[in-house]
Amino acid sequence: MKLVKVYVTLKNSVLDAQGEAIKSAINTMGYRKLNDVHMGKYFELNFADDYQGLEEDVDKICDDLLANPNIETYRFEIMEDA
Amino acid sequence: MKFAVVNFPGSNCDMDLYYAIRDGINEQVELVDYRATSLDGFDGVLIPGGFSYGDYLRSGAIAVHAPIVKEIIRFANDGKIVLGICNGFQILTELGLLPGALVRNEKGRFICETVELEVVNTQTPFTNEYQANETIKVPVAHGEGRYYCDNETLSQLEENEQIVFRYKNNINGSVALIAGVTNKQKNVLGMMPHPERALEEIVGSNDGLNLFQSIINNQVRVNN
Repeated sequence: MKLVKVYVTLKNSVLDAQGEAIKSAINTMGYRKLNDVHMGKYFELNFADDYQGLEEDVDKICDDLLANPNIETYRFEIMEDA
Repeated sequence: MKFAVVNFPGSNCDMDLYYAIRDGINEQVELVDYRATSLDGFDGVLIPGGFSYGDYLRSGAIAVHAPIVKEIIRFANDGKIVLGICNGFQILTELGLLPGALVRNEKGRFICETVELEVVNTQTPFTNEYQANETIKVPVAHGEGRYYCDNETLSQLEENEQIVFRYKNNINGSVALIAGVTNKQKNVLGMMPHPERALEEIVGSNDGLNLFQSIINNQVRVNN
């Protein structure tokens, strides 16, 4: 199987309200020297071993569904999954 | 006029919209299932609020791939009336029929209250019954209603007079206080506030009624 790991995060220009709330909670826990928290999404997609044009198709899946290019960026890695 | 209210799994303002058309302006209305593939015979499409597909992934993101959506795109491209309220607005931006996106409120809190809006543009099929710069009271109920777009998009929105409603106060951190925008052609409107919940004084405001009446007026003008 081919395992694709996809990471989606908000662009830096978009305020990450959830990240801010988490940051303030971590500060409350006593960890004061925390600069920033960015919250994102993580996906694992399993494809058939003989999948052709995988990179191109994952790119399209990200653009069309997993991420909204207006507000988010994504990156992914493809690996062999035993 | 005959309106379709599109029902996605998780829509929950569909009946409010249905009654707004049937009892508010006495026009024809039907609920249309998300699995339907035709909007033939309808003059306007209304996409209701709610939590389509449980807001999984991003609000509106999964609804975009439902069977009825191709038909909504065709309908919009034909210049017919498309109105998306709340989750409907989120769906229209995810679809790319409207620019920008709706993200989590600045303070991270769900906001449920009646707010004041400024009617910025009265030269649209949705607002011709309002006075220029009129202030209206309409309820909002959203956790992800912060309108976001980049500066270039904002300039285009202003240049083409696509900003239709602005919040009088900054409730959620929206860019330029934007509460509702149209496409360039002005036949597609998306807005976070709920005009269908402001049809009678007894519920606090009837300021939403003019929006639906505007659509009818517009149609009369087009037909004449």
